This record gives sequence, C-alpha cells and structure tokens, in this order.
Amino acid sequence: MSSQSEVLALLGENARYTAEDIARQTEAEPEEVRATIDQLEEDGVVQGYRAIVDRRQLDDEPVRAAVELNVTLDRETSYDDIAERIARFPMVESLRLVSGDFDFMMTVEGDSMREVSAFISDKVAPVPEITQTVTHYVMNTYKEQGIRFGDGHDDDRLSVSP
Amino acid sequence: MRRADRVDRVGPSGIRRFFELAEERDDVISLGVGEPDFAAPWAARDAAIGALERGRTSYTANRGKRELRVAISDHVDDRYGLGYDPDEEVLVTAGASEAVDLAFRAFVDPGDTVAVAQPCYVSYAPGVEFAGGEVLPVRTRRADEFTLTREVLERSGARAADLLVYCYPNNPTGATMTGEELAEVAAFAREHDLMVVADEIYAALSYDHDHTSIATLPGMRERTVVVNGFSKAYAMTGLRLGYALGPPDGIRAMNRIHQYTMLSAPTTAQYAALEALESCSDELAAMRNEYDRRRKLVLSRFDEMGMDCFRARGAFYAFPACPSGDADAFAEGLLEETGVAAVPGTAFGDGGEGHLRVSYATGLDELKEALDRIEKYIQ
Repeated sequence: MSSQSEVLALLGENARYTAEDIARQTEAEPEEVRATIDQLEEDGVVQGYRAIVDRRQLDDEPVRAAVELNVTLDRETSYDDIAERIARFPMVESLRLVSGDFDFMMTVEGDSMREVSAFISDKVAPVPEITQTVTHYVMNTYKEQGIRFGDGHDDDRLSVSP
Repeated sequence: MRRADRVDRVGPSGIRRFFELAEERDDVISLGVGEPDFAAPWAARDAAIGALERGRTSYTANRGKRELRVAISDHVDDRYGLGYDPDEEVLVTAGASEAVDLAFRAFVDPGDTVAVAQPCYVSYAPGVEFAGGEVLPVRTRRADEFTLTREVLERSGARAADLLVYCYPNNPTGATMTGEELAEVAAFAREHDLMVVADEIYAALSYDHDHTSIATLPGMRERTVVVNGFSKAYAMTGLRLGYALGPPDGIRAMNRIHQYTMLSAPTTAQYAALEALESCSDELAAMRNEYDRRRKLVLSRFDEMGMDCFRARGAFYAFPACPSGDADAFAEGLLEETGVAAVPGTAFGDGGEGHLRVSYATGLDELKEALDRIEKYIQ
C-alpha cells in the first residue's frame, strides 16, 4: 500500500485524481494507490467525495444559514444524543460541537428563506433540549473547503524566461 | 547612438528568439518558464503592503536591514549549517542576479579566467564578459547526470582559472550535487587555488537529498561566496531580493560596488523577505512538496513514453534528451505542432545540445495536457 497521508493530501487537493495520477506523483504503483484508497474508505477515514460548487452561479441559488444552537443536558441526554437527532435532517449540511458562547454550530441549506426558517422553527427549536437558536443567513461566500471563489488563476508570467 | 564594445561582444540571450516564437501564438502551454507559478506567500505580500502603509519607503543600510541580515544568518545556519556574521558577512542584493554580477565585478580583473559550469543560467558568461574576464566553459555531461566532476574540470582546463561559478540545484538540468560529489570539486578548488561563486538559489528545492553548500566543506569558506535569495524558494521573483554570504573582505568588496550602484536592495521587498523567513516555512514546504510531486509525474510520464530523461533531483526542471538529437528543431517543431513551449538546451551554453529544458512550474492540469501533447508528438 502507498502512504495514507500522501494519498489523502492528493485527494484533498483534487478528489478526481485517478489512481494513475496519484501513483505517478508519489512514485507508487496504481494498484497500491487503489488499495490505499479502498482501505481509507473502509476505515471511514474518507467519508465521501463531493464537488465544491459556487452556488451563486446556479440559476436557483439555494439559501444557506449558519445557526447557533444552545442546549441543556440532563442525566439521560448527551451532546451526542442531540446531535444524532438533528443531523438526521437532510437540510442540515454540517453540524459541529464548538466551544464558546453556544454549543452547536449548524449549517442549513434550503430552497428559500421561508423553507429554512420553517425548518428551524418547526423541527429544530421544538427539540426539548434546545434552549436557543440564532440564525445567520449567508449573504456571500468567498472561500469554501480551502478553495477561493473567483475567476481562477491569473498567470501573468512571461511565456518563456531563463 | 554610441555603444560600448563590451555590449556588442555579448549577444542577445538565446531564450529571446524562442520567447518571440512563443509570443506569436495565443494557445501556448508553456513549460518554458524559469520562475514559480505560485504567488509569494500571502503573509509576505501582506508585510510588504504593511511596510508601504507605514511609509517605509526610504533606503535601508547598504548591506540591507540589519534585522533581515540577522534572519538570513539564522536561516542559513539552521538549514544548511552555514555560519555567517550578519554585520560583516551578509549582503542583501536586488535579486541573486545582482549578487552574481557583483561577485564578477569585485573578484575578476580584465584578463582573468572564470570557469563556468555549463549548461547553466544565461547570465554567468555575459556577467563575466561585462567584468572584462574570459569565460572558460566547463561542460558537464549527461553521463555524470550533469554534475561537476574532477574529470570535467581537468578536461576543460579549469586548473588555470581564477574563479569557478556553478549553480546546484541546477537550472536548466535539475541536477543536484551531494556533499560527497561536491567534495571532489572542493578538493580541486583548493589544489588549484580557485575562488568559488556558488549560486544556490534553488537550495530549498532539493528533493532526493539535503542540500549541501560547498562553503561548509573544509578549507572552502575562505574561498567561497554563496549566493541565494527569495525568488525560487518563496516565489518572490518580481520582488527582486537575494543575498551573498562570504568572508568579510569578499563581502566588503562586493558592497563597495553595491553601495555606489544599487545603494540598497528594494526596501519593500526586504520587509516581505523578513516576514517570509519568520512565518512562511509552511508555505515553502507546501510549494516544495507540490514541485516534488510534479517532478515525479513528469519523470514517470517521460519514462512511460520512452523519452530518455535522467533523474532530475532539484529545482523545477527536467532535462530530457530530444529523440531527434537536434534540440532547436525539436523545440520549434513541438511548439509549432502542439503549442507546447519548452526551451532547447542550447540556450544554456555548452553541454545543453540535444536536450530540452522542461519546467514543471506549471499547474498540474496544464502539465498533464502538455505531457499528453509531447507524447503524441514524439510518436
């Protein structure tokens, strides 16, 4: 097998690299790379592959919101229990337990503000352990998963130089 | 207008003609670029902006800001085990190119002979000629993977030279030299009392082994000027910042010319460089890793397509042999038929004929496309 960290670094850069691409860049055999990727998937280190989309360019730009959640715990209910319950909703894009003034940081994506608001008020807020929600609608996105949104790389170097 | 003879004695750069050919087309994928495809690390650019905002637009000390000289001194000690006193033995210059030029002007008298290891960066021979010296080409060979050996030094008559200049990791070949290999060169230099100008501008880009500076070898410090800079390692070519390291009398001599001509290296760039040394080692490592992966891709693709290429171990160049043997014809044909620009080895002096400099300072997608086109072209 080839090195997991090398393969992960390359997949993190571009998940569409073929095993051959990765093999050439790491001086490994394509078969070894395939085995490493299989192992990473099997172990759950790699959970999936998705395109990073600049949603602003879609005809129907979806609405996204970052939502702060405050919760109270009791003997029977842990953070994990609450997270499990919320994460099951397909509109929840991400959910993280964070330090600081609130407990969970959740991102939600829907077709309209009405849909997102309804989701928060009908599905999230009524969860008994949730004591407070603060919803921040996303107004613009500049960078996502390490990729800056823009017109692409502008190479102004001379085409040939010493 | 009148013109000094020494200008006419030096012809225009061999790269020039090829540049014009490439400029005629707008669909070129260029593997002909001798500089990084990255922008300088943001922290370094931000420091430059901050220096401008604070109005830091005056000259600095001739030798460069002391803070920067201290940082350079610490950096080269940490990375290469080079010990140079920031007050007496470090000179900050407008690019490594200025440092090389200063070395020729400070150490070469008219009629002196300078042995130039070739193929090499295009500026050494003209620099020697501008200083009034005679160029003695030392032709490295594919059989030695373009390293300097005692044999090629002997064969070229370098024992009679006054000064030796070389660059490893090398532009255009991507060759590097290990400490052991350099020991042979060092012994030769000591035996024949040669001064050495070691252009180590690509030192941070040595992939298969750690970079060794010849100045760390016994008896070499006192006869060597090391040239390095920020252009290649930190992708700061346009900021024009380099430095020279050497014994106090050598640096004093170079500074004598520098103080009357350049006065001081660009101030804004000095702030960027200081920040680069202080906080950009992660970016340096990331760029280096990316070059290394592209290098492996290029070498394995050349191998697969049957293009004969030795294992380039540094810089961001591979130097395959052209199947037809005629580098100029191959490079021109390649450009004409496929739109891929790569510079023929002949542009880099003796020993480059029959080879092509392939720069992999190009994004991976373009690089892969260019390699596909080369593969098709040679079949």
